[in-house]
Amino acid sequence: MATSVTVYGPPLSTAVSRVLVCLLEKDVPFQLVPVSMAKMEHKKPDFIKMQPFGQVPAFQDDDITLFESRAICRYIAEKYPTQGTAGLYGTNPLVKASIDQWLEAESQSFNPPSSVLTFQLVFAPRMKLKQDEALIKLNEGKLVKVLDVYENRLGSSRYLAGDEFSLADLSHLPNTQFLVDKTDRAELFTSRKNVSRWWSEISTRPAWKKVVEMQNA
Amino acid sequence: MALKLYGTVSSDGTQRVQACLHEKEVDFEFISVNISAGEHKTPRFIARNPFGEVPALEDGDVTLFESRAITQYIANKYEGKGTDLIMKDPIQLAIQTVWMDTENQRFDQPFSKLIEAAIEGDRSGQDVRQYEKKLESVLDVYEQRLTESKYLAGDRFTLADLHHLPGMHFLRSTKAKGWFQGRPHVRAWAADILSRPAWVKVAAMSPW
Repeated sequence: MATSVTVYGPPLSTAVSRVLVCLLEKDVPFQLVPVSMAKMEHKKPDFIKMQPFGQVPAFQDDDITLFESRAICRYIAEKYPTQGTAGLYGTNPLVKASIDQWLEAESQSFNPPSSVLTFQLVFAPRMKLKQDEALIKLNEGKLVKVLDVYENRLGSSRYLAGDEFSLADLSHLPNTQFLVDKTDRAELFTSRKNVSRWWSEISTRPAWKKVVEMQNA
Repeated sequence: MALKLYGTVSSDGTQRVQACLHEKEVDFEFISVNISAGEHKTPRFIARNPFGEVPALEDGDVTLFESRAITQYIANKYEGKGTDLIMKDPIQLAIQTVWMDTENQRFDQPFSKLIEAAIEGDRSGQDVRQYEKKLESVLDVYEQRLTESKYLAGDRFTLADLHHLPGMHFLRSTKAKGWFQGRPHVRAWAADILSRPAWVKVAAMSPW
């Protein structure tokens, strides 16, 4: 039976991979439609109808078209609360508030510097663009401060929002994978005992390993 | 026991939470954090917000940080009181979340740079122009969205609009003609949301 869930975008995109891992965690079958960024497919009118900012991913199911990877993840977690990994978005209001808090922290504090570093250290060389050393240094400094906060938090909590793996942890997978696996900055994470323990746990989850396979295919 | 909101009158995050509390008609105590004295970096405050930033909320035993998480907590906890800020239908809620994340991911970053520049005043014109351009292209998308829908999430005011209040207030007070020229729907929407009594209370305390 054809699945009604479609994700548009390349699995190498951090935002696309965020959605893919969520679908896999929730055992939701989907089809992945490639979007050629090189051919500017993401800027064509048909795509803009789904994603007005002309960026990946876009998401469609029988009921709705969505964009913004974290919004898509919340929709999936709420729509399929009991299948796959339970508790991705919390089972009571207090847990949900804690997940929201750390999801916002990822969005506001972790994502900006880690995205810049991912682009500068992983994608710029592949695209034969010159790296900006000042920008790298500035954002490393910002990321270090965030990771210090995480190191402290993860000393008293197994996962960011509490005892269970949640969207808050999931949201960190894409950028961290690139930084740990494809750059010489892995020690930012691995030198911090609690962050390292947390990274080891979340990155070896089967759903994420499957996404990494898709990225390397 | 009343909620305690730790923040400052100029912090956009604090303003965002205040707007929500006023909309929900929830009593709270505003506790000013002395940023210039470094109070936000003291261990006592770090226990409330590990990033050492404002705002933070205390509700009995519960402590929360990140303004957009706090607003969702308040809007959900006080459902049925004051203004309903969250869409109930799951599809409409998904759309609301899309626009809340759009504010977070696309609107907030250039806006934050502009307000930083306005406060610090030592950025080069070129830096600011880059963020102005980004914001303008975001507002173009909003203009299109607001032709289809009175508010960002649908036909009523929700957190998706509320989260924009500090930013839209700042933009309107600095470059009104520029931002809204050729964007009549954004102008109308901004005028509408900024005139809400709950926001007017917050704006009265704002230094900008």
